[in-house]
Amino acid sequence: MSRPLDWQLATVTAIRPETPRVKTFVLGLPQFRPHRAGQHYDLRLTAPDGYQAERSYSIASPPEQTGEIELTVELIDEGEVSGYLFDGVAVGDQLELRGPIGGYFVWPAGPADAPLLLVAGGSGVVPLMAMLRHRQRAGLRNLAALLFSVRTPEEVIYQQELEALAAADPDFKLLITYTRRAPPGWAGYRRRLDAAMLAEAVALLPGSPQCYVCGPTGLVETAATLLQAQGLPDAAIRTERFGPTGS
Amino acid sequence: MPFVNKGFHAKRPTDGGHKLPPGQYETQDFPVLTAGPTPRIPLVNWEFRLEGLVESPAKWSWNEFNALPMQSFNPDIHCVTKWSKFDTKWRGVSLDTLLEHVQLKPEAQFVMAFSYGGYTTNLPLADLRDGKAFIGLEYDGKPLTAEHGGPARLVVPHLYFWKSAKWVQGLRFMAEDEPGFWEDNGYSMHGDPWKEERYRADDEPTPDNARFRL
Ligand SMILES: Cc1cc2nc3c(=O)[nH]c(=O)nc-3n(C[C@H](O)[C@H](O)[C@H](O)COP(=O)(O)OP(=O)(O)OC[C@H]3O[C@@H](n4cnc5c(N)ncnc54)[C@H](O)[C@@H]3O)c2cc1C
Repeated sequence: MSRPLDWQLATVTAIRPETPRVKTFVLGLPQFRPHRAGQHYDLRLTAPDGYQAERSYSIASPPEQTGEIELTVELIDEGEVSGYLFDGVAVGDQLELRGPIGGYFVWPAGPADAPLLLVAGGSGVVPLMAMLRHRQRAGLRNLAALLFSVRTPEEVIYQQELEALAAADPDFKLLITYTRRAPPGWAGYRRRLDAAMLAEAVALLPGSPQCYVCGPTGLVETAATLLQAQGLPDAAIRTERFGPTGS
Repeated sequence: MPFVNKGFHAKRPTDGGHKLPPGQYETQDFPVLTAGPTPRIPLVNWEFRLEGLVESPAKWSWNEFNALPMQSFNPDIHCVTKWSKFDTKWRGVSLDTLLEHVQLKPEAQFVMAFSYGGYTTNLPLADLRDGKAFIGLEYDGKPLTAEHGGPARLVVPHLYFWKSAKWVQGLRFMAEDEPGFWEDNGYSMHGDPWKEERYRADDEPTPDNARFRL
């Protein structure tokens, strides 16, 4: 019996550098199973001596992109799995995956849905990008805003695509905050997420938004607490935490 | 051996003497995993309840609960998101101690832990007895912080850590197993890390499995 979450051998069909420390892997799946924006896959590496390591990676591609998925991976210093993916994996290689997984941090995506407030830190943007790509590909017009916290201009994952989306779609607002160094002439935010910033983001979205917050623990903790303080109900604030816990 | 990733090797040895369940890696920090914002519960309002299939329910205030006999325990803990942490240092009240305060009805076989903030998780009663589970109040010699489930969380170290409900408010005894919050969202009904019961699809197949979408 083939169980719904059996491991399968995906083939790397393309690798795209996103930033100096982030790459997107396009993976052809022998068994594509439709996913919802926000879900993840588990990836398993096996060493010749039988040692195995598993990690979770959010799906970056929208459900409309069938037959393959895209995973966007940030290189972690000394990282066991991200280090191998970064240096050891080339187009044509195979990787063991299972998924899609996760039924909570997903955007149900109906035309009548509430506005969408996405708050990301670093690679936490990945599942939120799947939501934005899905929104675009499905032709949904919900008001949407992405507040994206990055350290430096080199670290804006999906920068061109996000800027193009913001330029083409008046219902989508892109807010970037640079916490360490902003690009020359930058007039936007240049600080860590704070109450004023979240209040401005919420104000862009009349009618209580659905919030999805993803990134390192500290950022998620701060953003979720500040959104609560804005008066948004707990049930409207969904969080996913990954990446280093210390930052 | 089904498939080998060429050139892949374990990056670091695990701490001597400890064993990692399949697919897990060791971490030194204490990651946080929560579905939503962190509830903050004033201690004057806090209470803990045992209810459901009991002859008469039990209830403790914060002060009453802290007057119960406490013990230290130092388990290895395993999160379904793949991290494991060895020799964590806790103090709290054993479930065996709490169960002395109620008379369970014979049909009570399962437990639903319920929390401030609405979180729930289900466990077989047998997994909570005989020194296997605690209500943890202190971590690393300090009161448990809100991010990690303070003022009190269930700690069931031999199961994946989502079963160790944060901000726990009580336990409801039941005759039949029922999915809690993550279980309803596709995670295992049992969650044994050594059997790698991560998702509902990893559980022994039952007619019920088919209903759940991951
Ligand atoms: C639901 C979910 C979705 C995710 N989605 C994504 C995604 O889309 N993109 C993404 O990039 N990541 C994502 N992650 C994070 C990802 O799963 C990995 O945690 C990440 O890639 C790091 O794994 P690694 O093996 O490279 O690093 P690890 O080897 O696990 O190391 C992580 C850090 O801990 C330190 N460390 C670990 N073990 C030890 C030790 N024994 N001693 C000392 N230091 C140690 C390392 O030095 C490093 O700083 C997601 C996580 C979850 C839970």
